[in-house]
Amino acid sequence: MHSLSFDVSHTLAGGLVLISFMMLYQDRLYSLLNVFALHALVLAFSVAWQAYIQNAPHLYVTAAIALVFKAIVIPVALHRIVQQLGIHRDIESAVGIGPTMLAGMGLVALSMVLMLRVTADADPLAREDLAFALSVVLLGLLVMVTRRNAVSQVVGFMSLENGLVLAATGAKGMPLVVEISVAFSILIAFIVIGIFLFRIRERFDSVDVSALDDFRGERR
Amino acid sequence: MSVFSFDPVTAVLLIPIGSAVLLAALPGYRLTARLNVVASLATFLSALSLFVIERPQPGPYVQIDDLNIVFIVLNTFVGFTTSVFSASYIAHEIETGRLTPVYLRFYHAMYQTMMFGMNLAFASNNIGLMWVAVEVATLTTVLMVGIYRTHAALEAAWKYFILGSVGIAFALFGTILVYMAARPIVGEGQDGMVWTVLIQHAANFDPALLNVAFIFLFLGYGTKVGLAPLHAWLPDAHAEGPTPISAVLSGLLLNVALYALLRFKILLTANPAAIAPGPLMVTMGLLSLVFASFMLYRRRDIKRLFAYSSIEHMGIIVFAFGMGGPLANFAGLLHMVMHSLTKSAIFYAVGHISQIKGTQRIANIRGLTVTHPALGWGLVIGVVAIAGLPPLGIFMSEFLVVSSTFARQPLLALALVFGLLLAFGALTLRLTSVAFGEPRGSKKPAEASYVPMFAHLALVFGAGIYLPAPLVVWFQHVARLLG
Repeated sequence: MHSLSFDVSHTLAGGLVLISFMMLYQDRLYSLLNVFALHALVLAFSVAWQAYIQNAPHLYVTAAIALVFKAIVIPVALHRIVQQLGIHRDIESAVGIGPTMLAGMGLVALSMVLMLRVTADADPLAREDLAFALSVVLLGLLVMVTRRNAVSQVVGFMSLENGLVLAATGAKGMPLVVEISVAFSILIAFIVIGIFLFRIRERFDSVDVSALDDFRGERR
Repeated sequence: MSVFSFDPVTAVLLIPIGSAVLLAALPGYRLTARLNVVASLATFLSALSLFVIERPQPGPYVQIDDLNIVFIVLNTFVGFTTSVFSASYIAHEIETGRLTPVYLRFYHAMYQTMMFGMNLAFASNNIGLMWVAVEVATLTTVLMVGIYRTHAALEAAWKYFILGSVGIAFALFGTILVYMAARPIVGEGQDGMVWTVLIQHAANFDPALLNVAFIFLFLGYGTKVGLAPLHAWLPDAHAEGPTPISAVLSGLLLNVALYALLRFKILLTANPAAIAPGPLMVTMGLLSLVFASFMLYRRRDIKRLFAYSSIEHMGIIVFAFGMGGPLANFAGLLHMVMHSLTKSAIFYAVGHISQIKGTQRIANIRGLTVTHPALGWGLVIGVVAIAGLPPLGIFMSEFLVVSSTFARQPLLALALVFGLLLAFGALTLRLTSVAFGEPRGSKKPAEASYVPMFAHLALVFGAGIYLPAPLVVWFQHVARLLG
């Protein structure tokens, strides 16, 4: 039984790393959002599995948040923003796909070496989980730095955050996991609202104080 | 203890969050600005009473000890004076139409929420709770930086958002690793995140795991402190937000992040096998100091200038704590307090100056001491203080940092002095052009409240001349705690 539970969580965590890699080479926003939804789905399964094998029912809440909020609500909202801003064809990567993939492999190797070495005494399950989680975090960071577009930066940040949730659920018995995932969800909701605010840019040609003053003058 | 007895710890946390709800609901900016002041004063008074009451036993979430009580009192004091300054500043913003009443309501509610976040971060006895509190404080300041909705303000808020979020994400990963290190020793669940428990058992933690955890925590909270390679958000956020927010960002929020770092530093020093955090902090501190000093020369925006000066001083403080030892720690603590008081006083002056002149460009501001003597001389004293000239408080703390470094690492001290002199030159260069010479720009009288600014400057001046003995004893005690 132990080996089965180990294999399943190993597969799910490894799957997250793989999907993070898929994000690196997406060149359209819609496909990037779809891949992210898949990422969140796998995270939800992974967290639910941890809840089951650790016998920690509160983790099901985290899994539900990941499923509903990150796999459905946020991708749909971002889809709509992308549609309204008309930026779905934007490919604003700062670095080419080849170097990005190579850098991603380097980061995964780095996190494996680092985490497996320093957690030699920890139990194998948590150890592998932590190594995979750090890979997901670093790959998310890579997505953020190689994209210039605000929406893809947010997707990168959310995948980074998925890695943190993976790490937190892997650390057996850690308190405040649910609270932290709620806090992160609020943060992301604010970021998405922040993108909405950027639409002001589209409404006025140049957003400086005088443009806003004119607007207020009309209303008065 | 009965329900009705006065509990200052709860009051320090509940007054801000309660008044935030109230301020969000009430209309009318005169009323809300005053209410903001009253709430901040009440918080400050409750924080002061922490000194006299018997301290509650540290619980799983909240504790008050010798280290954080200093920061809580400083935090609530600057929070109170800034709310006074904010009341006179915001009235002007309403008149010129930069802010509407709806935004103002939001602004005041966010101000109190931010105070709540910062007080909670200081008072928390739980590394997870501390992380959440720092996140609350960050989020509210992000929202306030973008409040003017100009292109530049939104850009600044976005940058702050992304960099700050990555920073707190790293800090969370570090926090998880600390829990992982603690779990085999203190057991699963709550205990693995409680400070007082962690400190007791820190010597037995797995040092390798603790090292990696500290690297992540240092990068994460270091981003929020504004250390050199991670500082990119700071000048923008300071320059584009409302000036009261610049004052609390520089004076308080950087302290919150630094406090979190110090706590983890104590944890690491308690474990003999773990790496010493000192060299890392010394390097980053020196880097920030020298880098920011060079950048000071090229600033054209007055708020950006003082934002870089904050990076410089954070560098000095991190350097001092990195050196460690009773004297350097004492100097670092004193410098933190002095920098908070001085920098917020400078931002009060700068806020009114940019309102009068209608610009933040240094080139368009001239001869302030002639047209606006009180503001001009206030700024002169502030800049003289921040540049580290005697007899003001920052001179004392910088002198202590330099002399303790000379005693132990003369070569490092040379680099430190080089950075300090560089910054001194840049600040005096800019100051002479702004404060003296032929007046330029608008000459209309300032509708300013000078009380907060001169109160801070008086405190800094007083501390430079005479430090009360109980304060010295207290700081020495805390400095020993820091190891």
